Amino acid sequence: MTQHSQGFFSRLMSSPEGRLAVICVAVFVLMAALSPDRFLSTQNMTSMAFQFPEFAILALAMTVTMLTGGIDLSVVGIANLTAIVAAMILTGATGSGDGTLLVMGAMAASLAVGMVAGLFNGLLVAKLGLPPILATLGTGLIFTGFAIALTGGSAIMGLPPAVAWIGNSTTFGIPTPLVLFVLLAVATSLVLTRTSFGVKLRMYGANPLAARFAAMDIDGMLIRVYVASGALAAIAGMVVMSRANSAKADYGSSYLLLAVLIAVLGGVNPYGGYGKIIGVVLAVLSMQFLSSGLNMIGVSNFARELIWGSLLIFVMIVNTRAARTR
Amino acid sequence: MKIDWTRNETLVALVILAFCLLGAASDPSFLSIATLTDLLRGGIVLGIFAVAAMLVLISGGIDVSFTAVAAFTMYVTAVVLNAAMPWMPWWGALGFGMVVGACLGAINGILIAGFGLPTLIVTLGTLSIFRGFMLTFIGQRQITTLPPGMREFGRMMLIRGENADGSFYNLHAAFLVTLLVVALTWFILQRTMLGRQIYAIGGSVESARRIGINVRGVQFFVYVYVGILAGLAGVIHSSMARVANPFDLVGLELSVIAAVVLGGARLAGGHGTLTGTVLGVTLIVLVRNSLVVLGIPATWQSVTIGALILLGTGLPAWQAKRAASRSAA
Repeated sequence: MTQHSQGFFSRLMSSPEGRLAVICVAVFVLMAALSPDRFLSTQNMTSMAFQFPEFAILALAMTVTMLTGGIDLSVVGIANLTAIVAAMILTGATGSGDGTLLVMGAMAASLAVGMVAGLFNGLLVAKLGLPPILATLGTGLIFTGFAIALTGGSAIMGLPPAVAWIGNSTTFGIPTPLVLFVLLAVATSLVLTRTSFGVKLRMYGANPLAARFAAMDIDGMLIRVYVASGALAAIAGMVVMSRANSAKADYGSSYLLLAVLIAVLGGVNPYGGYGKIIGVVLAVLSMQFLSSGLNMIGVSNFARELIWGSLLIFVMIVNTRAARTR
Repeated sequence: MKIDWTRNETLVALVILAFCLLGAASDPSFLSIATLTDLLRGGIVLGIFAVAAMLVLISGGIDVSFTAVAAFTMYVTAVVLNAAMPWMPWWGALGFGMVVGACLGAINGILIAGFGLPTLIVTLGTLSIFRGFMLTFIGQRQITTLPPGMREFGRMMLIRGENADGSFYNLHAAFLVTLLVVALTWFILQRTMLGRQIYAIGGSVESARRIGINVRGVQFFVYVYVGILAGLAGVIHSSMARVANPFDLVGLELSVIAAVVLGGARLAGGHGTLTGTVLGVTLIVLVRNSLVVLGIPATWQSVTIGALILLGTGLPAWQAKRAASRSAA
């Protein structure tokens, strides 16, 4: 019996995701032990479930692009631009009904804007051959710039109450943002592992030259990746808009580096080719447990940054050590 | 001299020239000493940052933590000098900043050269660590009474004068520091073995290792040097602003890298010139300071900078792609 469990544990510790699962559970247990009645309360659990989906969805977008060896630095710009477009539609046309239909329309419009923005990124990367980090840095500034120009830099408020459904309600007793994130994570994972598109995507990330010689339609694949990233960013934008009940050009600017950090912590290779959605989910959970738990024992917000950074570097050192000894 | 039209430097220089011509055409007072001193002042801290970012790009890495190093250094320098060493003269304050910056840079260096971790991830992590450490353990409030040495440095001007319309212009002495940094870095890159080794590592780590270059040593030097420059820039920034605000500077890192890449440095490593970097910084500062002169509202500033980045990196990338497909056919 002990033999068996030891084998299981060493197997668990041999993959980055396994190690992350151990860290995630350890953080949870530690935080629960430090303040059991508050950390384990239903109230804390629901508040955490409302908090993390917005940046977790951005991390999914980042993961998809990183698998191809790229990166999408424009996700926050896209999220804010799409939220502002949606908010303008909503505030410009309120007055009739409770606005459910209108919210649907605005969501569709923002999703379309996100996908067009992603298409623009994809064309720059695939057709013009720009390095993704620079292409998306540039377009990120442009999207944010459009958002500033549309609003003059101020927040759009006074959204119809139906908007709250996306970010502030529960579906079957589960917070809607969490439901949304789970659906998106499962869908992304299925696309990455069960479709030829997903396999090609990782193949290209692992070895672009080999993928080219295998006569893959690389341009089409890259364009679809960035469109998907844009769509995910737009959904994250909707969640942020709904939770803040407003839209502004500079919301969530700290989410950009956080999304990169989560993807990398989740074991995604930023040079492409390797990464699992389960790793990203575990990384998100670890981060959220850490910040909520630390918050409860009275640690400042800034200490979280310190601990996130340390966690990232610690995990990277362990991962490279493990890769070398194997 | 033959002009190479395919180089980024030429492109950026032409855009700067066009910008100035348009500016002069729409507002005759654009071509004045005041515009020039504004431009030079805007380039002091950004210029030092850009040199640091360029050096890392040449060595084949990317550093996003230098703004956090600068913010950390300026805040710690202000706190420590105020509390323990108020007698420190201005050059002592700068020196102290360089030492603090070097220590932080050495942390990056150990993680990158020692543990062999990817540069983007390490500096992303240390960005959070430096900033989080400063805000948690050192302080979050801005310091408005700087130590005497930094105040003294903040008042040092090279030129001072009055415009025709009665407004004042001046150029801060820190501009000389930026010039010195550019000159020293030029010397290291072009006239020393170490500089050539930095280019060699950026070109190909494996080749560099096989011809006997101490890759780890050179990498370690690069990150310590970048830390020194960032620390220096931080102390200069707060001396000029006459306040040490711990929330300043962080967030600039990607714009700085964009300016450097605009000037022709490549993310893949091995390429980059100081001329290009200086031109890139000039263009970014010019756009920031004087977009309004061209009749473009300030709200469109980031769209303009974004478009310039796409243009500056897109044109060479597109040319390279065309050349590659032509040679393949």
